[in-house]
Amino acid sequence: MAKITYITHDNQNHTIDVQNGLTVMEGAVQNDIPGIDADCGGGMACATCHVYVNDKWFDKLPAKEDGEEDMLDMAFEPKKNSRLSCQIIVSDELDGLIVNIPSKQG
Amino acid sequence: MKKTDALIIGAGPTGLFTAHQLKLIGLDCEIVDNLDKVGGQCAELYPDKPIYDIPAVPECTGGELTNNLLNQIKPFNIKFHLNERVDEVKKDGHNWVVKTNNGTTFTTPNVIIAGGVGSFEPRKFPVKDCEKFENQSVFYSIKDKKIFESKTVSIFGGGDSALDWAVELSKNSKVNLVHRRDDFRGAQATVDKVRQLAKEGKINLFTKSQMTAIKGEKKLESIDITGDDKEVKTLKTDYALGFFGLIMQLGPIANWGLNIDKKTVEVDTEKFETNQKGIYAVGDICNYPGKLKLILSGFHEGALAARACFKLARPNEKYRFEFTTSSKTIKDRLGVKSD
Repeated sequence: MAKITYITHDNQNHTIDVQNGLTVMEGAVQNDIPGIDADCGGGMACATCHVYVNDKWFDKLPAKEDGEEDMLDMAFEPKKNSRLSCQIIVSDELDGLIVNIPSKQG
Repeated sequence: MKKTDALIIGAGPTGLFTAHQLKLIGLDCEIVDNLDKVGGQCAELYPDKPIYDIPAVPECTGGELTNNLLNQIKPFNIKFHLNERVDEVKKDGHNWVVKTNNGTTFTTPNVIIAGGVGSFEPRKFPVKDCEKFENQSVFYSIKDKKIFESKTVSIFGGGDSALDWAVELSKNSKVNLVHRRDDFRGAQATVDKVRQLAKEGKINLFTKSQMTAIKGEKKLESIDITGDDKEVKTLKTDYALGFFGLIMQLGPIANWGLNIDKKTVEVDTEKFETNQKGIYAVGDICNYPGKLKLILSGFHEGALAARACFKLARPNEKYRFEFTTSSKTIKDRLGVKSD
């Protein structure tokens, strides 16, 4: 279990307990946090679960797998700290993780 | 106006199999899809990725699944309307009148929405002012490359479309290629070609950069690109082309009077009918308690929706359940020999 804070583009904080094994994307979708579309359902095929990871956390996350960076090319306003939230799997180590959700996904 | 027993919106796996089920029980149907090819997400998002949970098919790619489904409906000669998006669905007595953006009109008692997550549309530049120039000097696809001759064209993106066009247009135009990182995801041969042309000065390559502003009064004059190092460069340009792939948008479906929740359409689980009689939703776009977004669920939903269509298309006939293994009528429809 990890507490994850999602900050929507209007600066609203949503802090939620997300079970280990779920992805950061699933944590948002299951709790109705707006701004993460996840059109392809977690298949790393659409780049609509794009988030900005808080700088303190970015390097602590497991590295991107092949293909994630390619998909991020298509994300809306990607930055250096961009990730696809469907590729971040929740574990105790991620307790306190903060991600910002972009103003839109496309 | 085209008359049909059922109109299917969406030519993804669910739409294709629903067509099979309709034809098998003796109804005719036509299929409309906004993409230029059949297969939906399987063809557009993951043609080469293997799928492992199609019943009785241990492994196949999105492309193979699409081809197999096309083979399965081959006996039926189904009419496809590709590159067309359904814009309007309106009630007319017992029928629905359906209009596409190309002006094709259908009248049908049954509309089956197999639209996935909506229609694929090009992803656009995040810079707001780009809208002002869209279809005049800002494009997301190319219809006529001649307009770029002897002009300056700034191309954005790192995939095959961006690279292929950069190579092609560099023959007769001044080309800037802008990409957010150093790596490209296009075919290696094209990447090598682009780097070679950049070395020769035929393509101006700007990596680790993205568009941050677009300027011009009536006509596009210049764009600003900002690098990872925060340095802003202003590039004079006549055209800006963005190749960021496609995104799915629910689009006009939102305006058809259906109960929509989180981009999905509510249906019952008997007929997969929406709150509008004669409009059904199947596959990823439908929603009911326990819905699984799996291709196999779409097949089941399409089979039941097809049976529901029978009642409205043939009000004076009784639908009789038959197996493909034993029914002579079905074998005739499939064009196979009966034992």
